[in-house]
Amino acid sequence: MRQLDFSSLQTTAPLLGDSSGFSGGFPGDFSAAPSFEVPVTDDFDGFQKEARDMVKSKKGTTTLAFIFKDGVMVAADSRASMGGYISSQSVKKIIEINPYMLGTMAGGAADCQFWHRNLGIKCRLHELANKRRISVTGASKLLANILYSYRGMGLSVGTMIAGWDETGPGLYYVDSEGGRLKGMRFSVGSGSPYAYGVLDNGYRYDMSVEEASELARRAIYHATFRDGASGGVASVYHVGPNGWKKLSGDDVGELHYEYYPVTPETVEQEMVEVGAA
Amino acid sequence: MTKQHANWSPYDNNGGSVVAIAGADYCVVAADTRMSTGYSILTRGYSKISKLADKAYMASSGFQADVKALQKHLSAKHSIYQHQHNKQMSCPAMAQLLSNTLYFKRFFPYYAFNVLGGLDTEGKGCVFTYDAVGSYERVGYSAQGSGSTLIMPFLDNQLKSPSPLLLPAVDAVTPLSEGEAIDLVKTVFASATERDIYTGDRLEITVLNANGTRTEFMELRKD
Repeated sequence: MRQLDFSSLQTTAPLLGDSSGFSGGFPGDFSAAPSFEVPVTDDFDGFQKEARDMVKSKKGTTTLAFIFKDGVMVAADSRASMGGYISSQSVKKIIEINPYMLGTMAGGAADCQFWHRNLGIKCRLHELANKRRISVTGASKLLANILYSYRGMGLSVGTMIAGWDETGPGLYYVDSEGGRLKGMRFSVGSGSPYAYGVLDNGYRYDMSVEEASELARRAIYHATFRDGASGGVASVYHVGPNGWKKLSGDDVGELHYEYYPVTPETVEQEMVEVGAA
Repeated sequence: MTKQHANWSPYDNNGGSVVAIAGADYCVVAADTRMSTGYSILTRGYSKISKLADKAYMASSGFQADVKALQKHLSAKHSIYQHQHNKQMSCPAMAQLLSNTLYFKRFFPYYAFNVLGGLDTEGKGCVFTYDAVGSYERVGYSAQGSGSTLIMPFLDNQLKSPSPLLLPAVDAVTPLSEGEAIDLVKTVFASATERDIYTGDRLEITVLNANGTRTEFMELRKD
């Protein structure tokens, strides 16, 4: 009798107090979630809070993605902040999972980087096992299930999975609380309210690729203008039937002067330099 | 019932600053040698730089016990790699390994703030900068540690290169020569020593280029 394979349904989240020796090596079995050492302590939550505060690489961010008639447009800023200190202005927040799927990064940088890479591995294994590409629905579900199994442990991930599969363009929002939403338009991060304002106002389903990319760029620009935790370079990607393509990467400081050029004003009285006394 | 709190912390911060700068065909990795705890100095001659592979050097500030454990772990992994592949790990490969190693302790992190410096497979300088749980990025220069907020703005001023995210791409090679980069590092540490109590004593500079690796020292203020 044929054995049914339930391996993908089994959760492999670490149990509290599971110290399975030195699990810091690469897991040989990529279809299971990596196992993590967990500190043995009475006050796990307090310890996690302290550890999180120590790491504190909270990223203020603006990321957005929307579906329109020609595919999916994905855009993000590139600033990483640790408290009030800008730790980087060149973070890649749009992650290339594979040539036809993108993920956006918001929340903890390491969490997003690691789990997106893990998702890329899983998607590739799916292709090898099933001889066809994974759907956006499937990929987002894989990620959501993993994040759900770590729910409550302090992961911070707010991501959008955007891609083009057999059913056409797909866009899902997935977060570390275990939420997974299908939708046409999302923005995630501290700058998202500002981005939504511009995005919702200018959105039409029948935009061309040029119009859609300009809308995405403007929305990111306006978010970086008003949100101190967003800035750097506004990157815009388009996902079409042949995969994704990066359309633009513009420094938002320069975009400001492009959108609002400085007009020389007539000066009534100019200040003149006084010679040193 | 009030929540119980632990009466000890597994972490300590031993202070110090680390810097790495990548050039067209060289890489400079530097760190001060002061190790502190609280307001006390434990030693003035502790090296924060460790060789992970021929072309990959790591400098780490933070909790030196965790740094030591991390160095040992990476060194063991590198040994296995050499046995299996009959060659040294490249700097970008070591960068990914370090990131994964840090992330596998996501729920009990290594209190280590690292920069990895070396030469990539084409011989160009590369620097990778990390946070404590493994998020990383290839950059042209970086500073970590207690003096990083003093050092980074100065490096931005002198070395700021166009972001790799710009499209159309702008080539981002640090314009400095090897000698100029070393002078810059010395200047930067001298300044950081003035204003950061945890940075000082002596500066260790490791330089990697096509001819190999060399190490220089410079005295810093000891107060």
